[in-house]
Amino acid sequence: MREVVIIDKLTHSYPPSRRQYKPRIALNNITFTIQHSEVFCLLGPNGSGKSTLFRILSTLLRPTSGIIKIFDLDLIHQTDNIRHIIGVVFQNPSVDKKLTVRENLVHQGHLYNLSGNLLNDRILEMLTKVKLLDRADDVVEKLSGGLQRRVELAKAMLNKPRLLILDEPSTGLDPGARRDFDNHLQELRTVDSVTVLLTSHILEEAERCDRIAILDQGNVVALGSPQKLKEELGGDIISITSKDPETLSLSMKKYFHSAPHIIDGIIRIERQNGHEFIPELVQAFPGQIDTVTLSKPTLEDVFIQKTGHRFWENGK
Amino acid sequence: MNYSTQLLRFSLAVLTLCRRELVRFYRQRSRIIGVIASPLVFWFLIGSGLGGSFRHPSAPPDVNYLEYFFPGTIVLIMLFTSIFSTISIIEDRREGFLQSVIVAPIPRSSIALGKISGGTLLALIQALILLGLAPFIGISLSITSVLLATVSLFLIAFGLTGLGFCIAWQMDSTQGFHAIMNLFLIPLWLLSGALFPASGAAGWIATIMKLNPLTYSVAAVRQSLYLHGHIVVQELLPLPVSLMITTTFALLMFLVSTAVVKHGKTL
Repeated sequence: MREVVIIDKLTHSYPPSRRQYKPRIALNNITFTIQHSEVFCLLGPNGSGKSTLFRILSTLLRPTSGIIKIFDLDLIHQTDNIRHIIGVVFQNPSVDKKLTVRENLVHQGHLYNLSGNLLNDRILEMLTKVKLLDRADDVVEKLSGGLQRRVELAKAMLNKPRLLILDEPSTGLDPGARRDFDNHLQELRTVDSVTVLLTSHILEEAERCDRIAILDQGNVVALGSPQKLKEELGGDIISITSKDPETLSLSMKKYFHSAPHIIDGIIRIERQNGHEFIPELVQAFPGQIDTVTLSKPTLEDVFIQKTGHRFWENGK
Repeated sequence: MNYSTQLLRFSLAVLTLCRRELVRFYRQRSRIIGVIASPLVFWFLIGSGLGGSFRHPSAPPDVNYLEYFFPGTIVLIMLFTSIFSTISIIEDRREGFLQSVIVAPIPRSSIALGKISGGTLLALIQALILLGLAPFIGISLSITSVLLATVSLFLIAFGLTGLGFCIAWQMDSTQGFHAIMNLFLIPLWLLSGALFPASGAAGWIATIMKLNPLTYSVAAVRQSLYLHGHIVVQELLPLPVSLMITTTFALLMFLVSTAVVKHGKTL
């Protein structure tokens, strides 16, 4: 498998502002690669640095240091060549709502040096693909949110990019439209062998991707397929509630020779064959355990294990 | 890539960005009415109201204030249109449209030129409509003076839109732009000889007016209109010099705009 995106020791810091004296480090020396025709997800809570990485990869922002190669082209020195072969879907719609669907695509085509019959054919092809042919001459602001997002996708695909970069693509879509959009992405990957890179803060969305990189405070804390990351945790998650979790945790540490995590007052243990472990646990600490829950690990468990805190702190 | 393909790419980008400006303007009817009607009303009310009270000493008796104020009105209409069309940069940025233009594989100068030429054309069309009213207030126009006036107006529109572009590119909010407009752009017009000539103004005001590039632009329009008959007011410099200063200003604004797109804010 070929590497489509190579990110090597990438660091980005924002200069000091009036509100903040020190420069803010958004990405801290991150390194990873994205393979050909995979759907790759940058997963992270707000402020994790994923938007900064998106801006850098979409050529909006120049990184402070590090090397990025996209299809063997250097992002800093061959920006224009890279702009030709990537497609970008922004979180904020980039279509002009006062123009019709077709006018938007014609405009986009011209920016990518497409014109005449070639452009008309391409527009027809893309509109057929996203099933918008019957709405081609409607002004975009008259379309529903889901349809507008499809226009966005058609726009980004018009130049037949080999790498499609999407920022929070499912934001503001209802579940139906979200599923719909997902199917379009899968089709692009399988039929047109486009490599897809998307950012997300939604764990379920990341579950459906081939591989994910979990970002936290500018660092890549986990990298791999969702399946592999969950398996690495080791079997089952046992969550225990207690009136005095601190004391219980200390006694557990003595008993098992390793300290369990306490997250939001809940004691968490990762363990193979959890169902066999629970009876032992309950017998060992009689009267101290209120409830015990056994569950299969989720990506949030992966996140907690790697960072020691929840994905959404303080309900954010 | 050879030179002609590059030029073709550049022109295609400029044309499509420019065309979008025109289509958007045309789709928003209230903008058309607002931009054409307000300077007309402004010109008529101020010109008629002040006309009887103020009279420039060097003006011939048959030239009233309405006539003196006429070239200034045309420049004002263009200032309004330029501002309106460059404000759209802030909206484009906020709504997200601009992002897709920035990541497109086009020269940064074509982004500046496309947007500026869109605004320039809109301003010019409106200025020409107003110019058509000249005979009604007693300014007799020859073909040469119409052509010269059109060239001057084009250059002014280009320079003003370019100026608006540089300011708008760096702004986050339209409110901020309005503040700049009131503080900077409107005084720029007030002190351009549009409303009153430098010859009658206080010393320091006259100095600012001499340094204001728009003074020469208004002068260029005035001189174009009065090619043959009487010149309403003694102007600072001859027409070719006024035109040259106006051209330099327009080119400078284009260069600064391109630099602003290259090195200014991207998000």
